[in-house]
Amino acid sequence: MSAVPISWYLVLSAILFGLGVVAFVFKRNIITIFMSIELMLNAVNLAFVAFARARGDLDGLVFVFFVIVVAAAEAAVGLAIVIMLAQNRQSLNVERVSLLKL
Amino acid sequence: MPLLNHLWIVLALPLAGAAINGLFGKRWAQSAVNSVAVGSVVLSFLAAAETVREFCHLAANQIPFIGNYFTWMVGGEATPHPFRVDFALQVDQLTVVMLLVVTFVGMLIHIYSTGYMAQEGGYYRFFSYLNLFMFFMLTLVMAANLIVMFVGWEGVGLCSYLLIGFWFLKKSAADAGKKAFIVTRIGDFGFTVGILLVFATFGTVAFSEIFSQVAEKPVNILTTICLLLFAGAIGKSAQLPLYVWLPDAMEGPTPVSALIHAATMVTAGVYMVARMSPLFSRAPIAMLVVAIVGAVTAFYSATIGLVQTDIKKVLAYSTVSQLGYMFLACGVGAYTAGIFHLMTHAFFKGLLFLAAGSVIHAMGGEQDMTKMGGLREKIPATYWTMFIATLAIAGIPGFAGFFSKDAILEAAKDGPYANLWLWLLGVVGAGLTSFYMFRLVFLTFFGKPRYDEHKVHVHESPKKMTIPLMVLAFLSIFGGWFAAPKLVGGIDYFEKFLAPVFSASAPTSDAITAAATDTTASPAMDLLHALTGWPVIVGILGLLVAWWFYVKSPDIPKRMAQSVRGLYTLLFNKYYVDEIYAALIVRPLLWISTNVLWHVVDEGLVDGTVNATATIARDSGGQARKIQSGNTRSYAAWVILGAVGFTALLFGLLGVAN
Repeated sequence: MSAVPISWYLVLSAILFGLGVVAFVFKRNIITIFMSIELMLNAVNLAFVAFARARGDLDGLVFVFFVIVVAAAEAAVGLAIVIMLAQNRQSLNVERVSLLKL
Repeated sequence: MPLLNHLWIVLALPLAGAAINGLFGKRWAQSAVNSVAVGSVVLSFLAAAETVREFCHLAANQIPFIGNYFTWMVGGEATPHPFRVDFALQVDQLTVVMLLVVTFVGMLIHIYSTGYMAQEGGYYRFFSYLNLFMFFMLTLVMAANLIVMFVGWEGVGLCSYLLIGFWFLKKSAADAGKKAFIVTRIGDFGFTVGILLVFATFGTVAFSEIFSQVAEKPVNILTTICLLLFAGAIGKSAQLPLYVWLPDAMEGPTPVSALIHAATMVTAGVYMVARMSPLFSRAPIAMLVVAIVGAVTAFYSATIGLVQTDIKKVLAYSTVSQLGYMFLACGVGAYTAGIFHLMTHAFFKGLLFLAAGSVIHAMGGEQDMTKMGGLREKIPATYWTMFIATLAIAGIPGFAGFFSKDAILEAAKDGPYANLWLWLLGVVGAGLTSFYMFRLVFLTFFGKPRYDEHKVHVHESPKKMTIPLMVLAFLSIFGGWFAAPKLVGGIDYFEKFLAPVFSASAPTSDAITAAATDTTASPAMDLLHALTGWPVIVGILGLLVAWWFYVKSPDIPKRMAQSVRGLYTLLFNKYYVDEIYAALIVRPLLWISTNVLWHVVDEGLVDGTVNATATIARDSGGQARKIQSGNTRSYAAWVILGAVGFTALLFGLLGVAN
């Protein structure tokens, strides 16, 4: 049996998630923000897998597959939006995309 | 008995007339409006007459005859319902008298109005209101319980308001209408509370059920009920201190003054007191109050009538005064005499108003008697009928007013509740009545013309106005002769007819009659005694003084007005009662309404609450919209904040961790 305890996985997952959050909030490049979302998703995936392993059942793995599928779909839509933005604004800076307000 | 089982027909006819004219009359010719309005009232009179004929064949135990049409209101859990009002009409002798007077005088005044109002705009509206008034008045007199009576009571008040303010573009007329409505409402408050107290005491509002239990109830409750009901009568019948609306009501068209403010509506209070007589008779204090208010009003408003110069104002104060006599009669227990005077007054005062209307019509709208004079030859029909009515109201023997006023004053002197002071007020008032009425006649019809004869073309009124005058003049002479046999020791037929209604309430009247017949020396002495009584003497005295003042030496009134200037000014300004009411009640109320209720409560509190709510919503919205900056990263921050907050909530507050 592996001697790595579950808490290590969870700490790693939390660190990755935290990095994702920080990047999500502070970065201006939309591609980077996109990547930080992926980072958060995968941090969560890691937590799921760790729990599934610790509990010895498959529920967590089922969730992981769901998340991967959703993330793939999201990447497809999200990148399409990024391309449109880049074409319209000649910029990837989110500060300049602020039309959605009163 | 076909019609007696359908009493509602008498009511429904004028109501239908009002509805038809009100809805369609605007597009119709005057003749069509006339046919509907007059036709419905004539039919109503015929129906009433037929009802009365059938009523006379009823056995004594069937009276009062009650027609119960439907249950109007029920309340309370238990069965039978503790609160129950039926739409029920009744006929007894008192109703018969009122029914005939109201429909007959109403019919004549409708006919008269077709002539008087011919030149006026809103012709259909006038007749629609007038028919509606007839409906409510008949409801009032035929009601079998207090609630239905109250419907009629308020309905006539409404029609009075509408008709006083008929020329609503004239501010004074609109104001007078409002004044009449509001002042009578003060009395009606008492009336409403009285009805509630009747229900609380007797558990019913139907007259027959109330009267059957009246002996079991304590006197002080009966006194309270009577005083509250009498408050309503004070308002409706224009007694002290609520009489102020009636003189102002003369702003309405003259036929309205005749029908509503002389012959019918204002007598509703007297009718109501007579109707509730079983209660009043068991409450001596209430009786005394009624008698005092009546006598004082009779005297008081007669003094105001002495110096008024507007022909209709004189008649208005005279009406207040005569209504005072009716209440005096009720207050001294002579309900029959009160109703008798109500009937004769409907004839001669209706006639006086109609004749005054004819004078005004002839003078082209002039109402000031000081600008009339010498009209005797020019409008003879009006002159003679008005003269007859004046003789009647002055109590000259042989005319209707003599019999009824004599009966009242006799009851005040010798009746079961006799009171010599009230009798004295009544007699002096009778003298004043005679004086101011003959003053009116002499100023209007005698002497030299005081108007510009080139400008005013005096002309007699058309036939449809003079014929009602003549019919009423006939009744002003002979309408009182039911009581004539009494003068020679016989029976007062009017009293005999009404006796079943009041027998329960005046147990002593038989004894009095018996006592009176015992002391009789002979019929001739009786007649002599009646013809030389004080009421007759003061009546003739009033005539002579008026003749001396206004025909023989017309400069006396002016000199007298100079020598007692203070008194004259006081009377001329009607004791400044309107001014006193304005200072004591109207203006403080207006001040409170403006400065407290309007500016503080309404603007500050009500509007303030609404405005503050709106301001808070707008300002917080203005703050909140700044969150919606359009900056994607700030949205992201909010999402994170939300997620953190939600997680904290799950773990901290809801305790999912455990």
